[in-house]
Amino acid sequence: MAEKFDVIVVGAGPAGTACAYTLAKQGVSVLLLERGEYPGSKNVMGGVLYRKMMEDVIPGFYKEAPVERPIVEQRFMMLDKESATTFSYKGMEWGKEPYNNFTVLRAKFDQWFADKAVEQGALLINETVALECIVKDGKVVGVRTDRPEGDIYADVVVLADGVNSLLAKSLGFHKEFKPDEVALAVMEVLKLDKKVIEDRFNLEGDQGCTIEIFGDSTKGILGTAWLYTNKDSLNIGVGTMLSGLIKHKLKPYELLEYVKTHPMIRPYIQGTEQQEYLAHLIPEGGYRSMPKIVGDGVLVVGDAAQMVNAIHREGSNMAMTSGVIAAETIIEAQSTGDFSEKSLDVYRQRLMDSFVGEDLKKYKDATHHFEKYPHYFEQYIPMINRAASQMFTVDGTSKREKQRKIWQGIGTVGDKIKIARDLFQAWRVMK
Amino acid sequence: MSDGTKGQSIEEKQYLIRFKADTNSHLHVLDYDTCATKCPDKICTIFCPAEVYKWEDIRMHVGYEGCHECGSCRIGCPHENIKWEYPKGGHGIIFRLG
Repeated sequence: MAEKFDVIVVGAGPAGTACAYTLAKQGVSVLLLERGEYPGSKNVMGGVLYRKMMEDVIPGFYKEAPVERPIVEQRFMMLDKESATTFSYKGMEWGKEPYNNFTVLRAKFDQWFADKAVEQGALLINETVALECIVKDGKVVGVRTDRPEGDIYADVVVLADGVNSLLAKSLGFHKEFKPDEVALAVMEVLKLDKKVIEDRFNLEGDQGCTIEIFGDSTKGILGTAWLYTNKDSLNIGVGTMLSGLIKHKLKPYELLEYVKTHPMIRPYIQGTEQQEYLAHLIPEGGYRSMPKIVGDGVLVVGDAAQMVNAIHREGSNMAMTSGVIAAETIIEAQSTGDFSEKSLDVYRQRLMDSFVGEDLKKYKDATHHFEKYPHYFEQYIPMINRAASQMFTVDGTSKREKQRKIWQGIGTVGDKIKIARDLFQAWRVMK
Repeated sequence: MSDGTKGQSIEEKQYLIRFKADTNSHLHVLDYDTCATKCPDKICTIFCPAEVYKWEDIRMHVGYEGCHECGSCRIGCPHENIKWEYPKGGHGIIFRLG
């Protein structure tokens, strides 16, 4: 093992690998450390990978990468106990180049991506935990690994060590996260015949469909469930704020079973065979939970920097963009040899000026708002379902009379004012 | 095959996963007395997605071998009573798909 590299990247997920790939392609000597048996072996994602940010790293990647299906339809289901109101967008433009997004299985995809970084010249070392950053005179100069004589040095260390980011915490970049800053997601991969998937989800050929499920899927607490189509399997999962599970004393795997056996969901997964069960945290604290992301000789990227847009289920795309900007910043800093916090702060500025910073700022209050006021999920989704049922049930009542009953069913004048206020507040945090 | 109607236990789910357990635990309860005397809810036994934490009469049992390394216990323990590390490199959970 060489003792000194230009850059050490800790963690071979989307952020770390995008960073290592970009650096290696420019001839920078880069060590990519991965604690798992192989890249992806510790990683979990609902499954949607966005094409644009991945193509910024490897143009045309989908022609050879292990992607599952290009998504042509995105459904949003508002679930009550025995009913659902569903919105959907389906468009053929998503089924052809340039594509919008793909489902992926991370253990497969991350391995492929890391191999690509290796092809560019990055050195990938698996099965190695970075225990701590080596700090000298207040500057990060390397990492201490759990290998014998495992100290490795570099001009810059990039922390891409995921949601738990023990390294950023040990540097004092963030305090321990709170249960209302992380969502706990549990998921199963269910094997199902390719043809059955296509029939069941109204798809042709390799097209894919995603369904986001709100409301009763999390028993009214803040979170979502999802059902995504892979080539010959489905991903079904549910994620809720850890604080919600604690408050309601819910077991996450029992909630997943509840979703799987729900009458609106059950038919989709009938006849499937379980292949894997997975759990992972999602950093959902948003802009307000972001740690310090630049220090002397160190940058923080991806989940480790809490870059997730929970409202739009985006994360891996932000991770990749942050990895690329980090790499570009380091390459520019090499021309002066100045890797101080001041010099590397270009990373933070560019990141916050990009869509990553813009979107995190846009939704900075959204998660907190919906966490604080659970009735959006508890009350309004059942209300929408009741209204739809009443309006579309033909029973001899006139439409005007139906409208009157729906309006009455909403409650008193006070209740209606409260709803109007809630809608305004929701618009305010989302606008 | 699942008929999609019957609930499945956590033991059955855990059976689907490949683990390469380290000989030493990467999870440490700092003070077992705190669990026994100050923590009536023992909420970690509820929210842990792999039921790693089990209350056995008088003592918290930590089945670290089945841990998904998600970090929830470290963050969710109301008494900050869990020391949480990564398992040794190459050990712990090994996802094949997800």
